This record gives sequence, C-alpha cells and structure tokens, in this order.
Amino acid sequence: MTRKQKRLSLIAVAGLILASSAGLILYALNDRIVFFYTPSDLTKQVIGPGTRVRIGGLVDLGSVDKSAFPIIKFAITDGDAKLSVVYKGLLPDLFREGQGVVSEGVITPDHVLQADAVLAKHDENYMPKEVADALKEKGVWQGGAPK
Amino acid sequence: MIIELGHYALILAIMTTFVQCVFPLWGAVRQDPWLQSMARISAFVTFALVLLSYGALTYAYLSSDFSVANVVLNSHSTKPLIYKISGVWSNHEGSMMLWVLILVFFAALVAFRGDGMPERLLASVLSVQGAIALAFLIFIVLTSNPFLRVGDPPSDGQGLNPILADPGLAIHPPLLYLGYVGFSVAFSFAIGALIHGRIDAIWARFVRPWTLIAWIFLTLGIAMGSYWAYYELGWGGWWFWDPVENASLMPWLMGTALLHSTIVMEKRDALKVWTILLSILTFSLSLLGTFLVRSGVITSVHSFASDPGRGLFILGILVVFIGGGLLMFALRASSLRQGGLFAPVSREGALVLNNLFLAASTVAVLVGTLYPLVLETFSGAKISVGAPYFNLTAVPLFIILLVLVPFGQSLAWKRGDLLGVMQKLLFAFGMSVLAVMIIFAFTIGGPIMAPVGIGLGLWMILGSATDIFTRIWPLRFDIGVIVARAWGLPRSAWGAALAHAGLGISVIGIAATAWGVEHISITKAGEKILVGPYTVALEASFKRSGQGYREEGARFLITRDNQSLGALETSKRVHAGREMPTTEAGIETFGLGQLYASLNEILPDGRVSVHLYWKPLVTLIWGGSLVMALGGALSLSDRRVRITAAERVSRTTGKSRGAPA
Repeated sequence: MTRKQKRLSLIAVAGLILASSAGLILYALNDRIVFFYTPSDLTKQVIGPGTRVRIGGLVDLGSVDKSAFPIIKFAITDGDAKLSVVYKGLLPDLFREGQGVVSEGVITPDHVLQADAVLAKHDENYMPKEVADALKEKGVWQGGAPK
Repeated sequence: MIIELGHYALILAIMTTFVQCVFPLWGAVRQDPWLQSMARISAFVTFALVLLSYGALTYAYLSSDFSVANVVLNSHSTKPLIYKISGVWSNHEGSMMLWVLILVFFAALVAFRGDGMPERLLASVLSVQGAIALAFLIFIVLTSNPFLRVGDPPSDGQGLNPILADPGLAIHPPLLYLGYVGFSVAFSFAIGALIHGRIDAIWARFVRPWTLIAWIFLTLGIAMGSYWAYYELGWGGWWFWDPVENASLMPWLMGTALLHSTIVMEKRDALKVWTILLSILTFSLSLLGTFLVRSGVITSVHSFASDPGRGLFILGILVVFIGGGLLMFALRASSLRQGGLFAPVSREGALVLNNLFLAASTVAVLVGTLYPLVLETFSGAKISVGAPYFNLTAVPLFIILLVLVPFGQSLAWKRGDLLGVMQKLLFAFGMSVLAVMIIFAFTIGGPIMAPVGIGLGLWMILGSATDIFTRIWPLRFDIGVIVARAWGLPRSAWGAALAHAGLGISVIGIAATAWGVEHISITKAGEKILVGPYTVALEASFKRSGQGYREEGARFLITRDNQSLGALETSKRVHAGREMPTTEAGIETFGLGQLYASLNEILPDGRVSVHLYWKPLVTLIWGGSLVMALGGALSLSDRRVRITAAERVSRTTGKSRGAPA
C-alpha cells in the first residue's frame, strides 16, 4: 500500500464508524427519550398511544390503593390536575402520600398512566428537581430551592 | 487548635500551589534551571500541607469535635471508627478535600519519581498540576470550607446518611478519586509536552504507568460503586445509566482508549498528536464527572443534597482547564512532529480501531448524559434519557469492539497477517460458537441474548488464551521450553490477556442477567415461592434494634430439592435521627449466582410483601472487573512499564534530555 492509500483507508474506516454512531445517536435521541410532564400539562397536550412519558407531582392524599397487590393505584397531582397511576411492583422507601414522586410509563386511552417505574431519591430532604420546578410554577410548593 | 492548624495549612497550601504553578512555568519558558527546580520542592511542601490539613479534619471526626460544623452535620459520637474515618469524605466538603489530597499526592509522586525526566518537562508538568490544585483549593476555601466552626456546639452530631454508612461506600470514593484524579497526571504531561514542544516514545513511557494506575483504580471504583448500588439500594440492578454512573464511565472509556494509544506511541512512535488529545479529554471528562456529581445540575437517581451555587465555581474551573487545554492543543499541536503512518492491518491499526470505537461510545454516553440539560436550557422541555437510548447507541459499539478485541490482540506490529490470525483464532471461534449452540439448545424458549452474550464473553477469554498459547507453545512439545517462554513473555502481555479475559468474564455475567428471575410476592409464613431453581419460604418476621437503628424484617428459608440451604434476611431499618427507612437487601450466593430479597412492607396481618430475585452468574460482573484490574496491575509490574523504566531509557540514550533549541 502506498502512503496515500494507507491514509485514505484510515480516514474511510474512521468516517464510517463516526458516521454510523452519529446516526445511531440521532435516531435514539428522537426515538428513545422520555419527556417529563405534570398532570396539567397532559390536559393541554395529546400524548400518542405507546409513547413513554414521565409524570411528576405529589402523591395525592388518600389516593393510594394497595388492595389489589402487587398492582398499586395512586394519583399524581400538581394542584390543578390529577392523573391516576396504575403500577405493578413495589414502591420505593420514600414513597409517601403528599410527597414528591416521578413515575414513568405509557398513558392508556382511558387517561391512566400505566407505570412500570416509580422513582424516589436517596435523600429524605431531596425533592426531584423536575417536580420542584413544576410545583413552584404552579405555586403549590412553597419550599426553598431543592437542597 | 488542631482545627485552626489544619485550616491554616489549607490556606498556606494555596500559596505554595501558586508558587508551584507560576515559577516553574516561568522557568520552563525562560529555561531557567533555578526557577524550574522550584517545581519539585513546592510539590512536596504542598503535599505535606494538604496532608496536614486533611489529617486535622480527620482528627476532628475521630475526636467528635462538634464545634466544627462539618462534623456536626455528618458524624455522631457513637459511630464506629471506620465510619468516622470514611465520614470525612462522605460529604461535599470532605470529599473535595480528599480530591485535592489525591491530586497533590500524585504531583508529589511525579516529583519524587522525576529524577530521570527532562527538567523542563518536569517543571511544566508540575506547574500544570499546581494550577489544578490551586483552583480546587480556592474552591474549597471559598465555597466548601470544612473547617468552619459553629457558634454554639451541640452535644452530639446529626449522624451520617445511613445508606452511606457502609463498608462498600467507605472505600468507593477513594478508589474513584484515585482514578479520576490519576488522569490529571496524563493531562499535565500533555500540557507539559505542548509547552515543551516535543513528544516522543519516551514521553509515552513516562505517561503510560500513570495512566495505568489511574485506570486500575477507576475500574475498581466503578465496580465497587456498582456493587454498592446493587446491594444497598435494594433495587436488584447493578447499572442504571444514571448521569452519576455515566460520569465515571466516560473517563473510563476515554482512559481505556488512552491506555491503548500510549502503547502505539511507545512502540511505534505514531498516534502522537491523538494521544495528547486523548490525555486532555480523559481528564476533562474526569472534571466533568466531578462537576456533574458535585453541582447537582443533573437529576439523578443517586442525587445527594448538593448546592447549585458551588456548581458555578466548578463550572468555571471546568471551562478554564478543558478550554485552556484544548486551546493549548489547537495552538501548539501543529508544532509537534507528526508520527508515522502505518499499515491498516496491523496491531497499531487494530488499536486505532479500538480508539475509534471507544471514542464514539464515549460521545454516545456524553450526548445521552448532557442532552437533557441542554434541551431544558434551550427549550424548557424536560426529558430523561435512560437505558433504551444507551442500549441503542453505546451498547452496539461495545459489542462490535468486543468482537474485534481478539483479532487486535493476535495481530503483529507493523504488518499483520489477517488470514494467519483468523487461522490462529479458529479454535477459539469454533468453541465459542459451539458453546452458544449448546447453551441455546438447553435453554430453548429462553432469551436469545444470554447464550449469544456468553459466547461473546467466551470468545474474548479464549482469544486471550490463544494469544498466550501461540506465543509460548513450541512446534514440538517440550515442557521446559513452554515454562521458559511463559516466564520470558513480558508481563504486559500477560496483563493484557488477563484484562481482556476479565472483560470477557464481566460480559458473561451481564449476558446471564437475561436469565434472571424476578418475583413480587405477598406471602404468609410457610408459603413456598419458587425463585429460579430455589424455593423460598417465609419463616417469620422480626423486630430488633442494633447499634443506632431499629429494624423490622423478614426471614426466609431457602431450599432446593428439599435440602435446606440456609436463610435470607431482609429488613427495613430506621436509623437514629432519620425518619426515612432504608432497605437492607438479603443476599445469598450460590455458586456464581445470587438469591436476592428486598423487603417492601410487613402488613398488619403478618403477611410480607417482598421482591425476590434469582440472578445466575451475577457475581461474574464484578469478578471480571477485579480480573481486569489485576491484569492492569500485572502490566504495571512489567519492568518496561514501571515508572522508572523511562528514566533508564532516557538516561542511557540521553534522547529526551535537555530542551530543543
């Protein structure tokens, strides 16, 4: 191989790898990311069937229903709107009524979040950042900046 | 008094790092030996001061000095000794102290080992190290001072966050920081080379051991953190593609690329400019990791309380060093003598491919980690990027890379014979495919990814074995020759084989997670639950109190084929002074797999809701990482890689002595 061919083959391989990974990244960013909404965002916005979303807010007081364990029902509220959640699984330690929560899943046609994840944090003083921002916007949460 | 002494030493260290940063650099530019010689002395003095300061803080913890705010917030007089020591770095201020301590320790080590280095390069390297230390010391004193006193000392402290009071987490931060900060040496060498204006194979010899040390510790730190999250968080998972985890994965990927490119540079005097760039980028990613974890800009499942105000300061440090490093690179790289080109089919060609894949996967992880932040800043939309994104971007790149590893390992330098390599690897390939088919036949109906992944892991292990085998096996069998050759084979070759095999072992462990069994049950005493090959039955629930906590738990008996195999205990603990409980997972290891129980709730009627898992071969994930680190350590013990090796070379050849005119 000549010098020129060596250099060209190197550039070609590098280009191929970089281009295909760039393509993958762009595709995945379009297709594999999950948007965060509050329950009142959902009243304004139509979510396509099968689209994964994250919903954040406070666990509505008195809404937690564990009678059909391991299927758990609860509602997420941001003060203005509520969304019912159906979740099969175990709840994290920091899950409490009136506490901040983020749940991920798909919205069913009858406007229920079919969740497969309920997220909580390590730290008892910590409020999920999205939830804190969203609640501050709504004026529901009066606390300081999330610590 | 001791606290004030520590505080004073910390402020004094700002002065000495200033000296370490400015005068040697000035000396390097003016080629003044006296100014250059200040580099080493100031590096030693700085280390002594920071060590003194860190010691004073540790003393405050050990003696439970509750007049120090940091101790009040993070310690308790009844805490066991180990958590008083680890309590120092389990909070923001203390962990930054540890960060700087390790940084100046590495600088002092470079100075200590610097006898054979060209004086001008050493001065530049230590000057850059001094600049980094200076920035972080100012950060500590201005925003995160651990020595602040409280006006009215309470009688006891608030205790450590209970999930941090754990042996795993006690050693996780030091390991991780030794890795993160260890890459600062490569960064400083890169900037030093850019100032110095020349790089050659000798430079690579100086850098390689430092990179290897950092890589070994980062590997161990990531594995430790993963295992900690696995058993302490009680979620049963070992990797969540969480920003904080990605923050440690990115420098690891880039550092692995750097490790391989320095080999090319050392052996073939090629890829020089690229290696310099990788050195800068690897440490930049370490800094970015520190920023992401410490600033709290990113929502993470691992988020601990953090202060956004401090984030801005670290962001400033980040911009100065990453921006400065890259600017320096842009301005000076063209003045460096380019390395030679080489044949595409060769060991060095394969290592280029390795570097491309590692760099591309780092970019994929970086984009996935930062995209939510960027999108929120510019459009206000909040998103989360999780496993589905990474499984589609980084994971395919990893898989292709892993498939290629045995080829690269078997190719010769300069001009490789691809056909010959394929013949050599035919046995390893055949065995791996056979294993996939056999496993598949026995697990029909199961997930296809498990046998394929195990085949991939085997391919890497057998590929490494083939490499060693072909190098030591004589044409005619002779045990004496084999032993002699095995002994004569450089330890770095053994190290590489071991590290690659370790990666293969981890891959097998990861692939086998597809066979994992997960059960959510609400169960009463005596009821039998089948979890994989084991039967688990609730024996009783219990309440008890231990040192500093109360717990409520459940005990399960494990049987297999009516044989009793012990018990699993999982509980909810409430620690003194904390309202929220933590989950203590119960884990029993059988062979290479683990039975894992995580308590959810004990109901008033005595029934227990619990999450049970059977995780076959799961221990291989971390076991493989240990083997990888061991491989790294073996390479490090190679006399040609050792830190002193480059000195000998430069002394005998005199090649890199003095500065170019």
